[in-house]
Amino acid sequence: MILARIVGTVVATRKDPRLLSSKLMVARPIDPHGKSEGNYLVAIDTVDAGVGETVLIVSGSSARMAAGLKDCPVDAAIVGIIDTIDVPGGN
Amino acid sequence: MQLARVIGDVIATRKDENLHGMKLLVLQPITADGSPAGRTLVAVDSAGAGIGETVFFVRGKEASFPFYPTEVPTDAGIVGIVDRWDLG
Amino acid sequence: MQIARVIGTVVATQKHRKFEGAKLLLVQPLTMDDKPRGPALLAVDALGAGVDEKVLVVMEGRAAGEALGRKFAPVDAAVVGIIDTVDISE
Repeated sequence: MILARIVGTVVATRKDPRLLSSKLMVARPIDPHGKSEGNYLVAIDTVDAGVGETVLIVSGSSARMAAGLKDCPVDAAIVGIIDTIDVPGGN
Repeated sequence: MQLARVIGDVIATRKDENLHGMKLLVLQPITADGSPAGRTLVAVDSAGAGIGETVFFVRGKEASFPFYPTEVPTDAGIVGIVDRWDLG
Repeated sequence: MQIARVIGTVVATQKHRKFEGAKLLLVQPLTMDDKPRGPALLAVDALGAGVDEKVLVVMEGRAAGEALGRKFAPVDAAVVGIIDTVDISE
């Protein structure tokens, strides 16, 4: 799983019927110190996350194990909202 | 699987119900000579690992198998704590 | 599947029970001209491969579990062949 910050939302009217009730978020991966790294990705939100929050994203076939996403055509899902990250002694 | 060092932990109160009770640790994958390799990631722990330890972890849906039949939504899981490794 | 060279062995006392008795190898994926490609990774070995041998590694969970002969094992890579020769003609 990766840590990411929510930077936006995506609206798509025409989409796979299995995604009709899904909230799509734009997320930017971060390192444990909060520094952005890598490219943006779009993930399905399953925990009611909001823009600006730090979240946990699961990728690949495992994303379909998140609540409500069984058999959905998704490869990234937000499964947690991060309260704290503790990295003693830096990285 | 890959070798990694546990460098931190993550607390998340609001999360997928099947992630409740799981220990979430921050991993830095390492090469065979112990130097950092690639980006850090978060993994669930089923081996009783702690910060500072060297572990090995599995990627993909298989990371949820230690919790089967519960479908834990994770794509990375610590499945062993490394005592040592020997290079030929 | 990938071609890799066995570069070491890993000892882990505390591990998931599905790994009991399985040998853990450190394998270095190779390019077609035998150069290291990416970081070394761990693979379970059910064949008895040894250090320095060139092996065929399956890099997908279900297949790796099959190779180990254990269902729902948390593995994502397994040695499924010890390579005698590779012929590339182009």
